[in-house]
Amino acid sequence: MKARTSILLGSLSAALVALALTSPRVVAADKVDPVADAKAFQNFFFQKFPTVKHEDFVNGPYSMNEDMKRQWQEKEEFPPYEFALDAGKEMFATPFKNGKTYADCFPNGGIGIRQNYPYFDEKEGKVVTLELALNRCREANGEAPYSYVKDEMASLTAYMAFTSRGKPMDIKIPDDPRALAAFENGKRYFYTRRGQLNFSCASCHVQSPGERIRAEILAPALGILNAMPIYRSEWSGMGTTSRRFVTCNSQTRAVPLEPQADEYRDVEYFLSYVANGLPISGPGARP
Amino acid sequence: MKRSLALAVVLALPLALSLAPAARAANEADYKAAYAAAEASSKEAAGMRNQWTVTVSTLAAAKKAADGGDYDRAVAAAREAEALAKASIFQAISEKEAWKAMEIR
Repeated sequence: MKARTSILLGSLSAALVALALTSPRVVAADKVDPVADAKAFQNFFFQKFPTVKHEDFVNGPYSMNEDMKRQWQEKEEFPPYEFALDAGKEMFATPFKNGKTYADCFPNGGIGIRQNYPYFDEKEGKVVTLELALNRCREANGEAPYSYVKDEMASLTAYMAFTSRGKPMDIKIPDDPRALAAFENGKRYFYTRRGQLNFSCASCHVQSPGERIRAEILAPALGILNAMPIYRSEWSGMGTTSRRFVTCNSQTRAVPLEPQADEYRDVEYFLSYVANGLPISGPGARP
Repeated sequence: MKRSLALAVVLALPLALSLAPAARAANEADYKAAYAAAEASSKEAAGMRNQWTVTVSTLAAAKKAADGGDYDRAVAAAREAEALAKASIFQAISEKEAWKAMEIR
C-alpha cells in the first residue's frame, strides 16, 4: 500500500514538474514575435537552399533553377513589363483634373518608397498597401479608383517599384497591439489551408519551392512580393499583388476574397515583413 | 439449372428491392428540399469566408438542371453541393488550430 502511494505521489510530482517546465514554452509560443518569426522564416529558406544567394530569393523560380535563370536573363534584355513601366511613368507624372499628381500623396514625391509598403496606419488601425494608397490618392483628388487587378494599377506600381529597385524591404511594425494582430492575422492566413484542394499558401511556397506544379516551378515565399507587380506569360499581361492573391485562391478552388480585403492586406504585411532586408526587384517577369 | 436460376432470383430480389426507392424519379419538391439544404450550408461556408468554387458551380448546375426539368440530376447536384459546403465548413473549423502545425518556427 505504501509502495503504491509512493508511486502515485512520485508520478504526480513528475507531472507537476513537467507542467511547470512546459507551460512557459506554451505561453512563449503564443506570443506574437515578428522579429523571431522573420528570423526563423529567413533561416528556413537559407538552410533549405544553401547555394542560393540571399538577395536572389526575390527572383522567385529563377533563383531555384539554372536553366530558367538563363532564359530569364536573356528575356531581361527586352523585359515584357517595359510597356507597363513606361505607361506607369507617364501616368504618375500626369496631373489629375485638379492639377495635383500622385507625387502630392506620398512621401518623397512617391519616388523610392516602395520598400516601405505596406505600412500599418495607426489612425485607421489597419494595414495600408501601396495599391490601396494609390486608389485613396485618386479618390482624394476626385478621380475614380482603378481596378486592383488590372493594367493601370499594375503600371503605376511597376513604376514605383522600379524607382525602389535594389532598396531593402523595410517594413515596420509599430508598438501597437493592432499592428501585431494584423501581422498575426496575415501569418494565420498564409498557413491556413483552403479550397477543395486543401492548400495553404505555404503548401506551395514553403513546402515545395523549386518543385514543379504542372509546368511551373514554384517560387519560394521568401521575397515573393519584392518582385511585384509582375508580367506573367500565363496571364499575357501584368498583374498586381491583389491579382496574385486572387489567382492563388482560385487555383486551390477557394472563392477569392475581394481585392484589398483585410486578410489580403494582412498577409501582404506578414510576407513583406519577413522579407525585410531583401531588395526590391519589381517589376518582375514570371512564366 | 433450375436450382441456380432459383438462387439467382433469391440473390437478385433483395438487390432489386433495395434499389427500388432510389429508382423513383425525383420531383420538384425533392429538388427544392435538397437545394435549400445545400444553399444553407453554402451560406454558412461563405459566412466563414471559406467558400469553395466547386460548391458555387455545383449549386449552379443543380439549378440549371432543375430549370431544364431534370430533377434527378438537380437533386444529385444539390446533394453534392451540400457535401462540398459541409467539407469546407469542416476545413474552416479544423484550420482554426491546425494552421499552426505548418508554421515555420
